[in-house]
Amino acid sequence: MRFVLKTNYAQDVNLFLHNGQRFWYGLLALAVLLAPLGLDRFYLGEFAYLYIWAIAGVGLMLLVGYTGLVSLGHAAFLAIGAYAHAWLLTQGVPFVLSVPLATAFCAVIGYLVGLPALRMTGIYLAIATLAFERIAAWVIEHWESVTGGHFGMRVPDPTVFGMSLDGPVPFYYLCLGILSLSLFAALNLLRSPTGRAFIAVRDSEVSAESMGINLARTKCTAFALSAAFSGLAGTLFSHRIGYLAPDAFTVQTSIQLLLMVVVGGLGSLQGVVYGAIFLGLLPQAIAIGRDVLPQWIGEIPGLEPGIFGAILVLFLIFEPLGIHGRWVKVRLWFDQFPLYRRATYKRQRSYLRTERVR
Amino acid sequence: MSLFEAHDLSVSFGGIKAVRDVSFTIRSGEVFSIIGPNGAGKTTIFNLVSRFYETDSGSMAFDGVDITGVPPHRIAEMGIARTFQNTELFEHETVLTNLLIAHHVHRRTNLVTDLLFLPGARRQELDFRRRVEDVIDLLDLQSYREQPIGGLAYGVRKMVEIARALCLEPKLLLLDEPSSGLNPEETEDLSFWIEDIVEDLGITVAMVEHDMNLVATVSDRVMAMADGAELATGNPTEIQNHPDVLRAYLGD
Amino acid sequence: MPPVFCLRSRRANTTLEILQLLIIGVSQGCVYGLIALGFVLIYKATEMVNFAQGDMMMLGAFIAFSLIEAFDWLFAFVPVLAGLPGASFAFAFLGTLLVMAAFGVVLERGVLRPMIGEPPFAVLMLTIGLGFVLRAVAGAIWGNQPRALDSPFAGGTFDIGGLIIGYENVAIVVGTALLCGALYLFFRFTRIGVAMQAASQNQLAAFYVGIPVKRVFALVWAISAAIAAAAGILVAPVNLIDPLMGFIGIKAFAAAIVGGFGSLPGAIVGGLLIGIAEPFVALHLPPGLSEVSAFVILLAMLVVRPQGIFPSLQQKKV
Repeated sequence: MRFVLKTNYAQDVNLFLHNGQRFWYGLLALAVLLAPLGLDRFYLGEFAYLYIWAIAGVGLMLLVGYTGLVSLGHAAFLAIGAYAHAWLLTQGVPFVLSVPLATAFCAVIGYLVGLPALRMTGIYLAIATLAFERIAAWVIEHWESVTGGHFGMRVPDPTVFGMSLDGPVPFYYLCLGILSLSLFAALNLLRSPTGRAFIAVRDSEVSAESMGINLARTKCTAFALSAAFSGLAGTLFSHRIGYLAPDAFTVQTSIQLLLMVVVGGLGSLQGVVYGAIFLGLLPQAIAIGRDVLPQWIGEIPGLEPGIFGAILVLFLIFEPLGIHGRWVKVRLWFDQFPLYRRATYKRQRSYLRTERVR
Repeated sequence: MSLFEAHDLSVSFGGIKAVRDVSFTIRSGEVFSIIGPNGAGKTTIFNLVSRFYETDSGSMAFDGVDITGVPPHRIAEMGIARTFQNTELFEHETVLTNLLIAHHVHRRTNLVTDLLFLPGARRQELDFRRRVEDVIDLLDLQSYREQPIGGLAYGVRKMVEIARALCLEPKLLLLDEPSSGLNPEETEDLSFWIEDIVEDLGITVAMVEHDMNLVATVSDRVMAMADGAELATGNPTEIQNHPDVLRAYLGD
Repeated sequence: MPPVFCLRSRRANTTLEILQLLIIGVSQGCVYGLIALGFVLIYKATEMVNFAQGDMMMLGAFIAFSLIEAFDWLFAFVPVLAGLPGASFAFAFLGTLLVMAAFGVVLERGVLRPMIGEPPFAVLMLTIGLGFVLRAVAGAIWGNQPRALDSPFAGGTFDIGGLIIGYENVAIVVGTALLCGALYLFFRFTRIGVAMQAASQNQLAAFYVGIPVKRVFALVWAISAAIAAAAGILVAPVNLIDPLMGFIGIKAFAAAIVGGFGSLPGAIVGGLLIGIAEPFVALHLPPGLSEVSAFVILLAMLVVRPQGIFPSLQQKKV
């Protein structure tokens, strides 16, 4: 067990608590940086895909895990980011400008969606975002002059200052770089007043208000930021699939995003990465399972979403804290070896905690 | 000198008048208590001052500024902090984070500087961290610093909530039943701390309280209420012997 | 935004056409209303939001489909019932309600009860996951191709002065009215019905006065599942049955919120509003818009009057 002796306040502000953390995260950074040396095209592509999910996940985690607002419509922001970026590229806007512009556009849309959300909580918000997603999908499908409607649109290759980023290795580094920046930005946010305001709103709105936190502005900021991260992921996603069509972004995409943050562990940025890994591996596992199991099982319609759903249900019942929560528990068990109390993480059930007053 | 003035405050919920034409002043540097039987409208007055409820009629002024129409989050910025009857802490976070959140009113950074964690943001964090430690020292919360609120005993939570309110560095502190759920020993400690807060930090305290012992020990002036209306205001001994107050508590 | 949508100029001019659309709208609205009723019942009693309500409707329709086949086979051996039109349908209808009610209880016991006291968001996610599972299960048992329910209400029409009314539309409206009436009587006059109302007002207080809150919860799930099944059977002659038919649950959800989440009459009114709007939007506004009209109505409602038509909730107290 490690005891950290704190000798100055900067230790509470820094990103890493002690040298052990610095070492392990450094090792991880080295591994992902050197990965293109040892992996073939296919796996590099899969890793890049995983990074893209994780970027979108950072956005959703800030909203769901830290601000406590649920969105069932984040696929819309992914789609808006992807379409806006692809459209800007076809209009001749260079890649390095198009990505921030598309991201900013998503932030603006997110802010606007957040406005009516101010007066809503929980379930109302979830359903409103779902409605927004359906309407956005409808606009994308019918605004043919920009989105190509049902036929979709081809995404121009990414080029930066005349250098093509289309190959698996450059694209891998592009996604990795943007994910690292996203994680860094989110970490910064969470150790400064803006992020703490999010947390305050999540845990108690009345209390947050009495601490001088402007609920309206905080919620809208959270929505805008979250939409921006998702839109950023969308710009990369457009290059990943190369051809945009309306059916690439559905309600199921939104649900998968939520699944990622829930399974990863709400309220932790590590959880985003775990969730993305899980989401990336599961289809592969299902594909392998299809080969092994009898044929009629593999032919069940809706098998994959069904398995997603079942895993979601099991996680929510047995490990609401997600993979990250499980990891923290395991680590604590080893730390405190013979003395671990099962009740450490047993949450008090608040049967009376209700939002309803009559 | 009066720090806070309320004139003829009234509010009703679905036909029931919860507060009826209540006027009071809180003088700078005093401890002002509001007492009364359950349902007298004491907490409602705090909720009116915090601007959680909209007043039907009447006006409030703090530090000479009218606050009757100010949005709730501005109240904290103007220098009024409060605690809640059943504690409203940020349950999933540590004591430290809870106290840091209270420094929101002092923030000088914006979203962009926070995202990039520019040197200014770092300096601000270090500054907040140091100021939080002062409050932790004052209320003896050192051993709970890194603990999540969820696992704390009720008495400790009450203290953390007072600490959080102090982190706002307010001029006026509203305590809503600070002693409820505390044992006699903790209540006695509380009375010392309230005195410290008033004398050392120069913060004016207004509290809603049932424990007459605590009220009599710390209060400079007391307002007694019943059925949403003011019965009497005066020093603790006056109020304890006031015929109307006795009638409200004991019946005719 | 450039003018990308061309408005169709076809308009329902005659009263007859308007009435015709109204009838379609009302019957579709009743289906939304029934599903919304299930949402609201569960929410009122348990503060849980069951996103799988539409999928329970789908499951009910499929079970009815199989039961009808089973009863058809069985009644071939019974001389009195053989050839009696609608006999197997009637038995299957009742059978489905019972099976689904039992399913509701099992679901509550096995999956939802561990979630009591968890944040509403977790329950929401859980029921979304449950919906995916139910869809996969239905796909595994009944396959993916749409099926038609052998209903006595299918196909036939009334013709009233040129106004064509399908039997199935009448069945939906009458069925909804009967169900609502039965529910009203149940909540108003039976002991357990009143107990359920009490539990929905304040769980703890209800528990203290001796209401078996857990049993009430199970009963609420049973009733909701049965209502969903009824909706599924009634709508089956109009839409075919397939594992994805539960998606109309999302629109029903919009209906529940438009009506004021937590209000039973509101659920029906909200359902009717959205149901009636759809055929008119389909005729007068750009193609495809009718599919999202429920959501446009919902968003408009949330902005203008977030508490819904029949408000039932107030803000939290401190």
